[in-house]
Amino acid sequence: MSSILKADNIVKQYASHRALDDVSIEVPKGCIYGLLGPNGAGKTSLIRIINQITRPDEGQVLFNGSPLAPDDISQIGYLPEERGLYKKMEVGEQAMYLAQLKGMSKKEAKAKLSMWFKRFDISPWWNKKVEELSKGMAQKIQFIVTVLHEPKLLILDEPFSGFDPINTNIVKSEIFRLKEEGTSIILSTHNMASVEEICDQIALINNSKKILDGTVKQVKQDFKEGIFNVDFKGNMISFTNALGTACELLNSSDNDGRISAKVKLAQNIGTNDLLKALVNHVEVFGLQEVVPSMNDIFIKKVGENSIIKEANHE
Amino acid sequence: MNKINLIIQREYLTRVKKKSFIIMSFVGPLLFAALMIVPAWLAVEDEDNQNIEVIDETGIFINQLNNNDEINFNYEFRSLKDAQEDLFNKDGKYTAVLHIPKVVVTHPKTVQIFYHDKPKGSSIDYMENQIAKVIEDKKLQDLYNLSYDQVSGLRPKVSIVANKVDETGNTQEKSDGLAKALGLILAFIIYFFIFLFGMQVMRGVIEEKTSRIIEVIISSVKPFELMMGKIVGVALVALTQVGLWVVLSSVIYTGVGSIFGDELAANQKNQIEQLENSNPTINAEVLAATDTGGFVTEIKSKMETINFPLVIGCFIFFFLGGYLLYGSLFAAVGAAVDNETDTQQFMLPITIPLILSIVVAQLVMDNPDGQLAFWGSLFPFTSPIIMMVRIPFGVDTWQVVLSMVLLIITFIGSTWMAGKIYRIGILMYGKKPSFKEIGKWIITKT
Repeated sequence: MSSILKADNIVKQYASHRALDDVSIEVPKGCIYGLLGPNGAGKTSLIRIINQITRPDEGQVLFNGSPLAPDDISQIGYLPEERGLYKKMEVGEQAMYLAQLKGMSKKEAKAKLSMWFKRFDISPWWNKKVEELSKGMAQKIQFIVTVLHEPKLLILDEPFSGFDPINTNIVKSEIFRLKEEGTSIILSTHNMASVEEICDQIALINNSKKILDGTVKQVKQDFKEGIFNVDFKGNMISFTNALGTACELLNSSDNDGRISAKVKLAQNIGTNDLLKALVNHVEVFGLQEVVPSMNDIFIKKVGENSIIKEANHE
Repeated sequence: MNKINLIIQREYLTRVKKKSFIIMSFVGPLLFAALMIVPAWLAVEDEDNQNIEVIDETGIFINQLNNNDEINFNYEFRSLKDAQEDLFNKDGKYTAVLHIPKVVVTHPKTVQIFYHDKPKGSSIDYMENQIAKVIEDKKLQDLYNLSYDQVSGLRPKVSIVANKVDETGNTQEKSDGLAKALGLILAFIIYFFIFLFGMQVMRGVIEEKTSRIIEVIISSVKPFELMMGKIVGVALVALTQVGLWVVLSSVIYTGVGSIFGDELAANQKNQIEQLENSNPTINAEVLAATDTGGFVTEIKSKMETINFPLVIGCFIFFFLGGYLLYGSLFAAVGAAVDNETDTQQFMLPITIPLILSIVVAQLVMDNPDGQLAFWGSLFPFTSPIIMMVRIPFGVDTWQVVLSMVLLIITFIGSTWMAGKIYRIGILMYGKKPSFKEIGKWIITKT
């Protein structure tokens, strides 16, 4: 699969700090790519470089195989985290203006806008002033003008902030629909639950460096620690004895005589060995591998990283 | 280019459609017309008709004081006390009592006037002049046996006609009063519009920052295009406003003029004369044209001494040049801050040369070819205003051209610098930057 966007060894230096230090990412076509990282990690700097708002000091960005050019703007849709509209303008007038700035003709913009306004069921808003809209309503307009010109690459920075659960679902399904239609999407967010649900691939940026990337599945596989969840009925003491020294009991909870325990297996021990050891002592109902959530991985990697950074400082 | 047109269009249309613009378009000419008409009109209305009872203890003033339009002298032979009583009871036919004591020739400050309603200053001046003339006459007669008229016949009335010699050797008569009025009005319009519309540019930039639409926009257009689009769009708004004002003011002015016609013209003539000459000696030329018909031809002949195409051309150039220079700086200030309250610190260096130039303009008006005028009209931050004051008097071509070139160079420089500040400033939120940080923005690459 060829990539829609490839950023190679990007370095961006501001007066007193380095916002991006040798960061490379590659976004495959038709993929939803999660750009993750704590606040101030450098995500926005990278996104601004992709949008040609600023230029990198070193490195280059390839869009669809060739170096990023000014005309590519019309192929990219960008929904910034800090977003707004002209308060005094009417909704329709404003949407037309933003669409034309992206290079659409008046006629085309008008037709597409009325289609989207129907889809989101907001046609009556056309002549309203933006200042009369609620935050969620304004967010919908912003989403529409971001995707209106059918960009090949869509960059969404915290797209769900400000939406209620119902509208969040509407936007989510629109994102999936756009993906179906072949749009590649970069999603920058702190919301790890939505990353797991939506993203195919991720890159984690911390302290101006990329510290992790890959497909969501692969990343989760890589972070497995051989921990299993065992559901059983029986005596807790005999369970502990059966585990012996090869397996470590992390924690357990008793739920009306049915006990759920987290067990970490030693390197050379498989699940069958565990079962064999247990069946004679307790009644096992279930055995399940614990796969880390993206949230756990985020906290683990970022936490690790800042400890290392502090250690380096000393 | 297409995108910058879109931006200009939006900036223009949203402002022109605003209620405040429409209101200003109509109120402005009314204010202007009022500024021209009201003083003249007040002078028409504000007549001070005084019927003055003269109690003359010396006997030399009888029938010697000349009446004018407003003041009528009547001579009564009774005591001051009786006269005052009548005045006090308001049953006499007189509005005031003028008491001239016996000692007036040796002690001229002993004259007194008693009144209910104070005569206006010019009426008092008039009476003083009349009395002084009679005393002077009396003294001349006593000493040399000459009459006042004989003596004033000896006094030559000198008036210097100003002639400007230009580089080609042509000599042209210059009307000071009209040039002064024209220069000052045009300079003031430039000053006013730079402020008014420069602030609009700044507010527009701050609005884009605070509404957070800026990042959406600059992912579609270059920051420099956005800045220039805004500056040009607002410039067109300014030109539209000036155009509307000129048209509407002349409509109102001619409308009112046709109603009050002669009186207004006569009063305006007096106003121009006051500007013309602080010397009370009456110009022979003006004497010849005391009726209003003559005044119109006189104004016309004076207008011919001013090169109007040049003045209008220079006005448009310096208007736009000055606006563009300051407009880009106002845009940079808007980009550097988050809200209007933070602008003051950065506004100061911009407003000082502007305010200074309008102050200096008054001095330049009196000495349009002096050192101050020369340097002020070359320095680009003051030249749009100072040069405009000088233009109606006639300025050497090389000076005008040099001033224009300097203004263009500075404008390009300031726009370039403002663009650098703008492009970084619009994405900065939070702490107000220092001058030092802004300096760094200018030299950093994007």
